[in-house]
Parts: sequence; structure tokens; C-alpha cells
Amino acid sequence: MDTFKGLVVILMSSVLVNNYVLSRFLGICPFLGVSKKLNQAVGMGISVIFVMLMATAVTWPIQMYVLNTLGLGYAQNIVFILVIAALVQFIEIVLKKFIPSLHKSLGVYLPLITTNCAVLGVTINNILDGYNFLESMVSSLGCGLGFLLAMVLFSGVRSLIDERLVPKAFKGLPVTLIAASFVSLAFFGFAGIVDNLFA
Amino acid sequence: MVADILTALLVVAVIGVVAGILLAVASHFFKVEENETVKKVREALPGANCGACGYAGCDSYAEAVANGKAEPNLCIPGSTSVAQQLSEILGVAVETEEPKVAFVTCNGNCDATSNKAIYDGLDGCNSSKMLYGGPATCVFGCIGCGDCAEACPVDAICVYGTLAHVDPRICIGCGKCAKTCAKGIIKMIPKSAKTVVMCSNSEKGAVARKNCKNACIGCKKCQLNCPEKAITVENNFAIIDQDKCNGCGLCVENCPTKCIKTVDFANGRIG
Repeated sequence: MDTFKGLVVILMSSVLVNNYVLSRFLGICPFLGVSKKLNQAVGMGISVIFVMLMATAVTWPIQMYVLNTLGLGYAQNIVFILVIAALVQFIEIVLKKFIPSLHKSLGVYLPLITTNCAVLGVTINNILDGYNFLESMVSSLGCGLGFLLAMVLFSGVRSLIDERLVPKAFKGLPVTLIAASFVSLAFFGFAGIVDNLFA
Repeated sequence: MVADILTALLVVAVIGVVAGILLAVASHFFKVEENETVKKVREALPGANCGACGYAGCDSYAEAVANGKAEPNLCIPGSTSVAQQLSEILGVAVETEEPKVAFVTCNGNCDATSNKAIYDGLDGCNSSKMLYGGPATCVFGCIGCGDCAEACPVDAICVYGTLAHVDPRICIGCGKCAKTCAKGIIKMIPKSAKTVVMCSNSEKGAVARKNCKNACIGCKKCQLNCPEKAITVENNFAIIDQDKCNGCGLCVENCPTKCIKTVDFANGRIG
């Protein structure tokens, strides 16, 4: 039961409290770039969940059984970048062959994710937080869901901005960044709820 | 110390090589047989993804052409050369369409016309048009809110004052601005056109002249002077048949309001 509680805490904290986009400010580039339309935002979010899970499943064993045994823990950044890039390419090839429909819908987003810092951040933070394999996977799922949530919420906010009269100096990116800061502030309201989740 | 560096190098190199080999093997084994024709057609297309062909982008148009669902001459930015390349790839003869450019048939600049009101509402030609046909005195003319400039995929349109201008050297002839134009005054005309009427006002002469100094007043001087009988005046403004026009310039000389202009789209000269 305690393990289950621990997993729920990890999941909730990675979705809400430590939301990668809105609290840790990782993966801002797709957050601003692909959040214009709801369906694109959802597509990107689901692709990120998928890639985060796969990346964690691959990088965690590499860290534990290769890098740590050889005393190369410091090299995780460069190794993880390499592994994630290769992995995303591999997933793309496999999807193209076996699930063309999924490839078509994820197609544009997969190459974007190759260099997404949120994916790298999740894999590295899982190691830094000392999670075991199951915890790492749950944490990645939570981070991915958090990313999806942020994307969906923000695409709604942006569609409202587009309908408003924005002063000329703030048009485009500036007003988007201001809106992002408000959404981010709103998410700080979640800070602290997880500690008392099972209290 | 050296050994540590070497191990690190070795590990990263091994991981890189393993990943590379895996990818190479995967791309070999999971190769998807792409239709060769689609690939060739896609390469021949300009890749502007403008949508002028009626398909979502160059990729979907390439697929439609290769499968025989679309004619190979629909790519407007690529014009004749692309149509010929596509027909070579497909091995069919094709009729080529003459390349066209977008042209704003209005010359109501700040000197010629004035505003009957100051519009201070939502941006965009469509919304300002809804209020008494727009702020300008001439309800036919360009409002100059720049909806066309936003629609243009290649940034060929600039708005100076209250008037949109298309740079014919940049224009790819996709026709998006013509569809967007709230007043319907952006016309797609052949790139070889030599003379154009820069007005769309169909009001009677006196009214048109009062609203805009550059308006066509339907006086028919051009119609009478044209040696090729290429000009007809209908609804109080002149229409030039570009097939007949030889570019002699008599109409330009005789036009009292100078609303007929000599153009050379290939060199970007208007008026």
C-alpha cells in the first residue's frame, strides 16, 4: 500500500506541483510553438508522453548498469542526448512501417521532440531523485501528462488572446509570454498539496 | 586519469556506434516502399505549401497527381516549368496555364480619396467593411487593413496608407489574397498583361469622381480610342480584354482620370 501511495504522490507531484513546463520551465519551445491550436497541442502532448516513457525505459537501465558501474555517472547528459535522439529516430522508423496512421499524426512532432529538453530533463531528474525503475516510469508518465495538461490549457488561453485587441507593442510573442506567466503563476497554487495528499 | 578519459570516450563511442548500427539496420529492415512517382513529383514541386492547387500541401498534391486524381498543371507557383516536369514524370501531355499575378484594381491612395469616418474597431477588412462599407468614401475601393497581406504566403503584399500593393515579382499567383479580399478587388490577371484598369468603382461618373480622383468614370474614351477593340465599358468602368490588348498605350494617354496604367509585371513596373 505504501508503494502505491508513493507512486500516486510521484504522479500527482509531477503532473501538478513540479509541472515541467509551468514550474520547471523545461520544454518551453514546443509549449509556445505548438500551442496555437488544440488538436496540434494534444498531438504534441501525446507524442511527448510516448517519447518520455520510452526514453526513461531506455536511459534508466543505461545509467544504472552501464554508467554507474563504470563510474561514468557524470557523462549522463551527453549519453542521454545521444540515446534519446537515436531512440526517437528508431521509433519514427518503426511507426512508419507498422502504424502508418499513427506515424502520420505524430509525424511532424516526433523530430521536434528529439531535441526537447523536457524529455532530457525527465530522464536526468529521475536519476537525480533516486527513483527505482517503476517510480521512474510513473514519474515520466506524470511529467508527460503534465506537459499535455499545460499544452491543452495554454492552447485555450491562446485562442482567447487571438480574439482580443492586443496593443501593438504586445502583439504576438510578448502577450503570449505574459499569458504563459499567468498560467504558470496559477500552477504555483498547487504547491504543497501533494505533501498532505495522504495526511 | 588517462584511463578514465579513455573509458568515457570508449563508452560514448560504443553507445553511439551501437545506436547508429541499430538505426541503419532498422531503416533497412523496416523500409517502407514509397511510391517512386510520388517521390519524384514531390521533388519537382516548389514546396511552398500554398494550397493554390486545392490540396492541403505539396505532399498531398503530389500523391493525388501520382495516383491520377489530379491534373499536373494545378501548381500555380511552379507554373509552366513545373507542369512540364510533372507531365514528363507521368508521361502525359499537358495543357499549361498562363502564369497569373494578383493585382489590386484600386488606386484610391491618400491623395485621391478621403475617409468619411475614422474606423476604430476590430482589425481587418471584413469587420471594417461591415460598418457602412468601410471608412473610405468610395465603397468599392481598398480599405487597406491588410487582410490580403496576412493571407499572402510569400509576403508579396504591402499596404501603403490605405492601399494594398502586390509586388508582381514576388507574387506566385496562388490567388489566396483574391479570395480573402473583402471587396473582391484583387484580381488574378495574366502575367503578360500590358494595360490594366486600376479601379473597381461601378458608380456613375460624377459620383465616382467625387469619391475618388483616380476613379474610372466610365467615359468610354478608351473604348473609342482602342485600335484593337479590347476595351469595353460595362457598369461604368472599363474592362480590358488581355488577349486582344497589344499595349499601344492609347487608352492610357486618353484616360481623363489616369485610372488606366501601363504595366510590366515581369519587371515589377506598375503605372
